[in-house]
Amino acid sequence: MLAISIQIALALVTAAVVMSFWRLLRGPDIPNRILALDTLYINTIAILVLLGIHLASALFFEAALLIALMGFIGTVALCKYLLRGDIIE
Amino acid sequence: MLEFFLSLLILTGATLTFIGSLGLVRLKDLYTRLHGPTKATTLGVGCLLIASAVYFSTTDENISLHEILITLFLFITAPVSAHLIAKASLHLSLPSIAKAPETNDNNQETPDKTAEDTSNSSTDEDIEPAEPELPKNTTRSPEQ
Repeated sequence: MLAISIQIALALVTAAVVMSFWRLLRGPDIPNRILALDTLYINTIAILVLLGIHLASALFFEAALLIALMGFIGTVALCKYLLRGDIIE
Repeated sequence: MLEFFLSLLILTGATLTFIGSLGLVRLKDLYTRLHGPTKATTLGVGCLLIASAVYFSTTDENISLHEILITLFLFITAPVSAHLIAKASLHLSLPSIAKAPETNDNNQETPDKTAEDTSNSSTDEDIEPAEPELPKNTTRSPEQ
C-alpha cells in the first residue's frame, strides 16, 4: 500500500514539476520566472523526500537540505537584484 | 495502521503540491499566483516530511531529526521569499487584476455604522498619487 501510494505521489509531484517548468518557460516577465524557480526547488525537495522513503535510504535528506538552502539563497538574490540593481551593497 | 497513516500523509502532501503548481499555471496574475506555491511549501512538503520522519523513526528505531530541520527551514524561508517576490513585482509595477481602490475601502469598513466617517477619510487618502498603490495591491491580492 505504501509502495503504490508513493508511486501515485511521485506521478503527482512530477506533474507539478512539469507545470512549474511550463510557467518558467512561458512566464511573461521575470518575477513569474523567479516564482516558477521557487516552486521548482520545492517540488524537487518533495521528490527527494519521496525517493528517500521509497528507497529506504537516509542519504537524500542532506541533498534536500542543501537544495532548500541554495534555492532560498537564489530566490533572495534574484529578488534583491530586481529590487536594488545589486545583490550585496 | 501505520502504513495507512503514512500513505494518507504522502497522498495528501503530493496532492497539495500538485494543486500548488496547478495554481501557478492557471491563475491570471502574479499576485494571485503567489498563493499556490506557498501553500504547496507549507502544507504539501510539510505533510511529506512528517510522513518521512514517522517512517524513518519507526524503521530505524532511533528518532530521525533531519526532516524537522528541513521543515523548520522551509517554514521560515517560504514567507520571506514570497514577500521578496511580491516586493520585486511591485517595484517593477506588474499589471494586477485587482484595480479598484474603493473596493479596498469597502473591505476595510465592514463594521456597519461608522461607514460614513471612514469613507470620507479614505477618499481623502485615495487622492494621494504614488505611495498608496503599494499597500492596495498587497492587501488586495490575498482575497482573489
